[in-house]
Amino acid sequence: MQNAGVTLAARVRFKRPLRHHASFELDVDFQVGPGITILFGASGAGKSTLLDCIAGLLKPRDARITLGQKALQDSAAGIFLSPQERNIAYLFQAPALFPHMTVEQNAGYGLAGAAEPERTAAVFYLLELFRVAHLARRKPEEISGGEAQRVALARALAPSPRAVLLDEPLKGLDAELKSSVVDDLRAWNRASRLPILYVTHQRDEVDALGERVIALDHGRIVSEGTPHSVLNAPRTKRLARVAGFENYLTAAVQELREADGIMRARLTGSGAELELPLGYAGVGDRVVVAIRAGDILLAIERPTGLSARNILEGTIDSVEVRGATVVCRVNAGAMFLVHVTPGALRALEIAAGKRVWLVIKTHSCQLVEE
Amino acid sequence: MQALWLSVRLAASAAAILLLIGMPLAYWLAQSKWRGKFLLESVVALPLVLPPTVLGFFLLVAMGANGPIGKLWVALFGHTLAFTFLGLVVASVLYSLPFAVQPLVAAFESVDGRLLDAAAVLGAGRWRTFRGIILPLSVPGIITAAVLSFTHTLGEFGVVLMVGGNIPGITRTVSIDIYDHVQSLEYGAADRMAIALLLISFAVLSTIYAVNRRVWIPWPVKRGE
Repeated sequence: MQNAGVTLAARVRFKRPLRHHASFELDVDFQVGPGITILFGASGAGKSTLLDCIAGLLKPRDARITLGQKALQDSAAGIFLSPQERNIAYLFQAPALFPHMTVEQNAGYGLAGAAEPERTAAVFYLLELFRVAHLARRKPEEISGGEAQRVALARALAPSPRAVLLDEPLKGLDAELKSSVVDDLRAWNRASRLPILYVTHQRDEVDALGERVIALDHGRIVSEGTPHSVLNAPRTKRLARVAGFENYLTAAVQELREADGIMRARLTGSGAELELPLGYAGVGDRVVVAIRAGDILLAIERPTGLSARNILEGTIDSVEVRGATVVCRVNAGAMFLVHVTPGALRALEIAAGKRVWLVIKTHSCQLVEE
Repeated sequence: MQALWLSVRLAASAAAILLLIGMPLAYWLAQSKWRGKFLLESVVALPLVLPPTVLGFFLLVAMGANGPIGKLWVALFGHTLAFTFLGLVVASVLYSLPFAVQPLVAAFESVDGRLLDAAAVLGAGRWRTFRGIILPLSVPGIITAAVLSFTHTLGEFGVVLMVGGNIPGITRTVSIDIYDHVQSLEYGAADRMAIALLLISFAVLSTIYAVNRRVWIPWPVKRGE
């Protein structure tokens, strides 16, 4: 049975005092349609606070949250539904299973009103879907962390919720287990077509799970779109760091070439120039450029005949092997981090003091806000 | 032996009543975010620092024929509350209040807040969450509260003397009895009573520590299957 699916819409303004007269302010306005939407951001960006507001565990002073036609909170109209009345599934970072109940009792906790045979049927349907039915008689302390999180998922979905909130639910699980849980969740959602809001700060999860991403930073939405567009063009330095950009360089804009869609900028503290994609900057402005260490090529001779516009000369400062990745620090006016493979390290005989050229494509350079 | 039986009856009644009124009070103290909460916390803790004779004196005045409670009691039942077993129970409840409430507050507060959030999101109201989650997870704290209020009431002296006097079979508790025997230089009788009280107190206290450390687990679980 297919239905059109509901939309979760939230406009939330929430201020929480912190120590030393500072305060954290959440100010967002967004909509989530059926399917998995990733809420992405560094820790402290306000992701969990936002989920608590949607679930009704926190009561923001100024908010309008609707699920389909139903208003969960409308501060202008004085409406605030309690968490009990919202019918939203919420999975926390920790499974939070009731320690004195068995797996079966946990999974059935939200079905208090249901008659006995239906209740057991619903519980075992979900326990089987998430492959934990064989643990039904165990206590939470007798099962593993991954199993506990699957039981928590079954418990959250049992009361037939209208929306699902997941707060880094698979933290600490290995990648294979993670994707199998998410596949199961997707399979479950094929019939119900609920909006699922999935919070994470790990970029590999964003790539793997989401159809749509909302990036949150300092309590505000900084970008929205496909995983590819959000991860590859982060708007702020903090988000860029979470998205896996290792290099941040400040540069002064020298020249704008609107016709070519680029601008030239000089790196602070050196004579080296970079060609960057055109951004919101004028001549003389200071900009911050983020570049992934894996997007920089290393050459031991000056390369020619390349389409890449940025070729910088430098020397290797240090080399550090981290598993399958070799991290080279290269001094090319500014300090660059460059990732190469152990094979490349041997083939090019890269070592401290060696003279190298860095090759960087214009569109590997992302302008970010500080 | 009459005095010992009286003391046990008094302590058991006080402990039972304290659990009944202590649980809602402790739940409120553990959950409330009211700013003036500290005032109620101080009132509950007062018997810890107040000399028993002071507390007993106030109670005696209040329960006496001219006190507010005493007048009401006389109008209702024809006799004063002071110098009766019931009067002793009321006094003991107040006197042992912190010994019941504080372990209960600590137990309720130590229940993981995320479990309560999970229950709320799953549709469980306050009463169902309290009964099904908070209460079963607070069992050691509840046992501690019951045992502490029992033992504390068992050994009280000052309050009993002020409110109850020394009426055999009605208000003459073990500690009063011991005091009496010592006053009349009957050391042998005092000695027997004192040892009985010591043994009972030790037995109940060791049950709390055993329960809290789970020396005996009533339903053993197999791990790592």
